[in-house]
Amino acid sequence: MPRSSYDYPGYDRSGPVYWFKTISLYAGVIFGVLWMVAPFYWTVTTALSANPSSGIVTIIPETVTFEHFRALFAEYPVQRWFINAFIFAGAVTLFNVTFDTLAGYAFAKLDFFAREKIFLLFIGTMMIPGMVTLIPVYIILSELGWVNTYRGLIAPLIASPFGIFLLRQYFKSLPSSLGDAARIDGCNKFQAFYHIYLPLAKPAVATLGIFAFMGAWNNFEWPLIIATSNDMYTLPVALFLVQGQYTDNWGLVMAAAAIMVIPIIVAFLSAQQYFIRGMTLSGVKG
Amino acid sequence: MGQIDLRGMTKVFGERGSEIIAVDDIDLTIEDGEFLVLVGPSGCGKSTTLRCIAGLEEVTHGDIVLDGTDITDEKPKNRNIAMVFQNYALYPHMTAEENMAFGLKMTTDLGEDEIAVKVQEAAEMMGIQDLLDDKPGELSGGQQQRVALGRAIVREPEVFLMDEPLSNLDAKLRTTMRTELQDLQQRLDTTTVYVTHDQTEAMTMGDRIVVLNEGTIQQVGTPLECYQQPNNKFVAGFIGSPSMNFVDVVNDGQVLTHEAFTYELSDAMASELQDVDDAFVLGIRPEDIRITNEANDHNAIRIEPTVVEPVGDLTYVHFELGDTQLTATVSGDVPIQIGTDLEVIFPEDRIHLFDSETGEAIKNSQREVQSVPS
Repeated sequence: MPRSSYDYPGYDRSGPVYWFKTISLYAGVIFGVLWMVAPFYWTVTTALSANPSSGIVTIIPETVTFEHFRALFAEYPVQRWFINAFIFAGAVTLFNVTFDTLAGYAFAKLDFFAREKIFLLFIGTMMIPGMVTLIPVYIILSELGWVNTYRGLIAPLIASPFGIFLLRQYFKSLPSSLGDAARIDGCNKFQAFYHIYLPLAKPAVATLGIFAFMGAWNNFEWPLIIATSNDMYTLPVALFLVQGQYTDNWGLVMAAAAIMVIPIIVAFLSAQQYFIRGMTLSGVKG
Repeated sequence: MGQIDLRGMTKVFGERGSEIIAVDDIDLTIEDGEFLVLVGPSGCGKSTTLRCIAGLEEVTHGDIVLDGTDITDEKPKNRNIAMVFQNYALYPHMTAEENMAFGLKMTTDLGEDEIAVKVQEAAEMMGIQDLLDDKPGELSGGQQQRVALGRAIVREPEVFLMDEPLSNLDAKLRTTMRTELQDLQQRLDTTTVYVTHDQTEAMTMGDRIVVLNEGTIQQVGTPLECYQQPNNKFVAGFIGSPSMNFVDVVNDGQVLTHEAFTYELSDAMASELQDVDDAFVLGIRPEDIRITNEANDHNAIRIEPTVVEPVGDLTYVHFELGDTQLTATVSGDVPIQIGTDLEVIFPEDRIHLFDSETGEAIKNSQREVQSVPS
């Protein structure tokens, strides 16, 4: 039964209209959940089935086996891919949080020449599809000799206009008098940022962190381009490799996919409140 | 010590071509231990002046000197000043205690124990010992105000700067805090520069007040000087509530003429006004207008009250002379009715005359200083 939002005096919890509304609501929600969960459930069951086939959907596998997971770890350098993905996503998150908060603060609170114009330029880059810059960025990194290195993997993603925008909006919503008070209290501009504004921007920083981590963890095209050897792959690219060599072994592919999702689930669950707040904050769908 | 000199201070905002002169060539000396109030309408440059003294804004021209040292280009932290903001600007993520200790932590080498002692002393002075562990969000407006003041006094600065600190409080609390602030300033004997747009606050709190308009100083003086001897029409209209009445008159030598009345001058007054232009603005404060019974009384003007506002001890009587709206303040005991004509007098020793073009005061009221009855 729906609770609080219907809990006001005079609300009649009976009658055909009430039941129609309630049942429709629940039916909608249940359908939504199934729609979202079903593919993931299929991934897990396929990974756990002894002889999965792409043609048959088994709701409950006949025999549950961890054979695919064992085989995956035995035959592929999964640990290495996992570590690669962690280094990649972790570093991208760290850099984004650092640079985007600093840039966002500068655009929101500091006074400098052509501030708004430069900000527009930053935002303008969001309009350019990533595919357009893929080749030039690759060429630059290749000239630097950074192809197939962690540096090359991480460098193009260390700051994002979206993150800067998100943080700038948040910093703008905090009163400037706090910064004034901090300066009177003896802070320089950086200390005012570090001691006052940054702690107050925690929700926005957490949101940015989750967005950055998920974006990097799931990023497929960039590691595919820049990483040229097996030991530099991240999980999404490696998944492609697993599938490519054993076209028929869906159990193995799904086992790899299931492993890949775990950190995202952990990240989401641990920061769920920030994530939801962040979505309302940025006004964009995560 | 805490004497501030502003020398030709000018602050211009905006880029070239669209400059706004917020503060225009201000010269002002604020004495040590003085409670100085900057007062004026919105956009007159009073807050900008304060922010320049604080170091939050860079001045465009001129110097700011504190106790003989030029601090024009010093950072705020090197100026030994504390500021109280209109919205208090308490750090929301810190407790009241941390808020108060923050400035000491950032600017001094004091140990945590010493800081705690100082915070405790300041908290006692402000009566907020019980609130030290609360965060600003848990405090009422008045309590936040006290914490903000505590944060200022704990630093033991040379100068307090206050930017409309009472305007976010409700009327009753504002009156209480007003008295408390004055008391606090007297006890600490610290130079205080106080910005307000409320002329009542200016009158009641300031040792001296500075009336600003459009970035320039209109008058500097004690509250009573500004009230009784305004330099110009702006000050006359701004200080005092209800504000001074103004009517345009023409001087015929012996008589001031207005479309609705004539005003006969005494010989002394007439000779005084001989050499000046013949068009004036006559100013008279509502409380100086007298009601008389005698229609034939010298210079009596017949008026018809249009609105009568009794406020208890006083009654505000609004009436028109020609196109001009005027207000008279009379004792609340006098029954006044709309539609019943009255005779009023503008006593000659209470009238102000201003140049109709420049607004400069030509003649101010002549009040005799009265001694306290024993």
